[in-house]
Amino acid sequence: MNPTISRRSFLKITGLTIGISVTPFGYTLLNAAEVKDFNPNVWLHITSDNKVTIYIGNSEMGQGVLTAQSMIIADELEADWKKQVQIRQGENKDAFKSPLLGAQITVASASMRGFYEPLRKAGAAGRAMLVKAAAETWKVPESECKAVLGTVKHDKSNRSLTYGQLCEKASKLEVPKDPLLKKEEEFRYMGKPMPRVDVPEKVRAKAVYGLDVNDGNVKELKGMLYAVIARPPAYGAKPQSFDQKAAEQVKGVVKVMQIPMGIAVCATSTDAALKGKDALKVQWDKGALPDMDNAYIEKLMMADLDKPGAKVHEAGDAKKAISEAAKKVEATYYVPCVAHTTMEPLNATAYVQADRCDVWSSNQNLTTCQDMAAGITKLPPDKIHIHTTFLGCGLGRRAFPDFVPEAVMISKALEKPVKVMWTREDDIKHDRFRAPMTHRIQGGLDAQGQMIGWSHKTSCVSIMKPVNPQAIKDGVDYYCLWGLWDAPNSPHWNARIQYEIPNLYIELFLADLPVLCWPWRAVQNGPNAYAIECFIDELAHAAGKDPLEFRLQNLKNNKRATRVLQTVAEKAGWGKPIPKGQGRGIAQHGCFGSWVAQVVDLSVDEKTGKIKVHKVVAAVDCGPVVNPGPLVEQIEGGNIMALSTALKEEVKFAKGGVATSNFDNYPIIRMSEVPEIEVHMVKSTDKIGGIGELGIPAVAPAVANAVFNATGARIRRIPLTPDIVLAALKSK
Amino acid sequence: MISLNVNGKNYAVDVSDDVPLLWVLRDYLKLTGTKYSCGIGECGSCTVHINGKAERSCAISVKEAKGKKITTIEGLPENHPVKKAWIQEQVPQCGYCQPGVMMQVAAFLSEKPAPSADQIISKMDDVICRCGTYLRMKKGIQTAVQMTRKEGK
Repeated sequence: MNPTISRRSFLKITGLTIGISVTPFGYTLLNAAEVKDFNPNVWLHITSDNKVTIYIGNSEMGQGVLTAQSMIIADELEADWKKQVQIRQGENKDAFKSPLLGAQITVASASMRGFYEPLRKAGAAGRAMLVKAAAETWKVPESECKAVLGTVKHDKSNRSLTYGQLCEKASKLEVPKDPLLKKEEEFRYMGKPMPRVDVPEKVRAKAVYGLDVNDGNVKELKGMLYAVIARPPAYGAKPQSFDQKAAEQVKGVVKVMQIPMGIAVCATSTDAALKGKDALKVQWDKGALPDMDNAYIEKLMMADLDKPGAKVHEAGDAKKAISEAAKKVEATYYVPCVAHTTMEPLNATAYVQADRCDVWSSNQNLTTCQDMAAGITKLPPDKIHIHTTFLGCGLGRRAFPDFVPEAVMISKALEKPVKVMWTREDDIKHDRFRAPMTHRIQGGLDAQGQMIGWSHKTSCVSIMKPVNPQAIKDGVDYYCLWGLWDAPNSPHWNARIQYEIPNLYIELFLADLPVLCWPWRAVQNGPNAYAIECFIDELAHAAGKDPLEFRLQNLKNNKRATRVLQTVAEKAGWGKPIPKGQGRGIAQHGCFGSWVAQVVDLSVDEKTGKIKVHKVVAAVDCGPVVNPGPLVEQIEGGNIMALSTALKEEVKFAKGGVATSNFDNYPIIRMSEVPEIEVHMVKSTDKIGGIGELGIPAVAPAVANAVFNATGARIRRIPLTPDIVLAALKSK
Repeated sequence: MISLNVNGKNYAVDVSDDVPLLWVLRDYLKLTGTKYSCGIGECGSCTVHINGKAERSCAISVKEAKGKKITTIEGLPENHPVKKAWIQEQVPQCGYCQPGVMMQVAAFLSEKPAPSADQIISKMDDVICRCGTYLRMKKGIQTAVQMTRKEGK
């Protein structure tokens, strides 16, 4: 993917360019010709060589956003995908800010949610302008002209003009505000499988990731340095001493400098920087909370459930309803920290010069990268150039680009281009984890087994407090609550508990721990759905009802949840006998505008406690489907990642810091543990929803419910490691 | 100076003996298709061929690779069945681990052109893909096997 073309070379080519202006109230389509100081990084540009160049502002991390967003434009524009379309990664520009989120950020499964309609309109507007330009040229009514694969045709007179021939004339026309969109049956690309454009270059090793940026592939980086940073081993730890001379004596080491994040060693190669770091022999103090380990965290967060928290939501009188209920159920759940561990460790390359700052990085948040770099360099935002490469996975971690400021700081100080690499150990120990949670839920059922009350107390490490404390109002950090509750008018749509509960009470306690947390694929939809869907299973059992029936009964007005549940049940053969010794569990969840239901089949070895997952079935409703292939890939991949957290992953802490360091002590699911996965799409005409995170939330509860079904043991924490399972089986 | 033969070309690199081959490939020879991920030989993202065998370049020193025939992902032919199969089956998501995975598969299939499903799993159980493309990898391997078989005929 050629990153960008320079403004100068761009201005030499005339043609039709359409972009948008994002306002707090939505967006407006613009023709670049109307904009005085126009910005080349707009969405679509048609040039006289008959090429259609599409600029994508979202980050590509394997979810297929370059392909899917381009398909939308190309389809509505009626462009020829194979012959005309070329796709470029856009720089940091306001035109790429999400109309939904207000920033150029690839998170919250919002790339399609935010851009589906604007991109369709941009493509359709371009098509309308080209048709109008042709009609004016031929002096015939527009209604007699038709756009077909990059050409406007007038069948009556058998004339045609290519988009390349028409683009200059079209660029003089006004952009229609509400262009006529195609009908679904007219779609040429949308809804049909399109191979991802990023795949061939990834397979051929031509794809450049952040860590691959060097003076061989970016000429401005001549003379670049490679830096690594000795980072504190415990939260809040400060260096007491270090051997700067020893590090500087290592061959290739150019500079040792202390920065707020630690002690940076800059060298002419990665290996020299790593050796220099080892030579530092830094002595650190004990940090903010030297007693903190896993037991400390779990004990504290369980105790938090008895402390008064912030009231998040109250409808009816849950306490009274539960006290008067025919059946009462109470359960407490724990979900520990899990790490992102993107395969490409965090990194950034920066080059600060007097009048500009360039950053090359695999990041999910160009807006914050720009703000951070501007803050350090004191350069105006338009002098900051963020060149986004391919991402070796994002998973949310790369949406908080704390890896950028350090590269900018060092480059500014040394006046040289610098790449800062986090080692795998840095990447794990200085991750911002999925926030750990404890939940205590009380539920009440009437005599018919209908839910009448739900009281939910949760403790969670605040996600926003370290980065944006103003986002916390009256003690509520909604990031902790997604899947259970959300702010009014949230851009995340259906992030609230979906069950119909007349008396509902939700309370949040923000755990007082120094552990840094941040969105991890699906954010807290994962831990919240786990607690909700396990508890629903417990309620169904208490009501003497089938878990599927109980869910349908308590979701009866929710058509989309009902449909995915019915589909998954049918496809998985719910209610039909399963092999002896196996268990089957079900769960559903809605988030980011989409719905999913999952059925998991597994068996538990009662001697070893080892769980073997045999099959996972998913039913998905995400509204219109743009590119079906990557959509299934996202659910498969999400399901596999969720299985990994359900069965294996837990970050270990010791002495006030992170003890987990690398893949030898952080188990991640491998090929032999991955079951068959079936993904079924439910045909839906609802608004388009997100897909990148939907594969996560309903898997862990379906696994836990299947373990109960197989063994009769309720295990109210994950991961379900063999020792946890064995202990539960023994105490059953 | 250490002389290396990589993808059929000879290089002389001014680097000490103990540097992992990975950094020499990436920083000195600018062959960045070989990826750093764990640095301890646990994940397989850095796999290359040394004398035809799959080795983890993060866990092998440049001295050990001296005088041997090193092949990186850039040296695996574009028409290699594994590369073709990986595109056909749309195996990569983020794609970061895949060069190493493909190198491991290519070496495996050259030793065992028709592996059973169990043999595939046991051979590939030491790679990590955080995107969770394992099912696609299995499919990709099977497709590569079929492609090789057809080409052989």
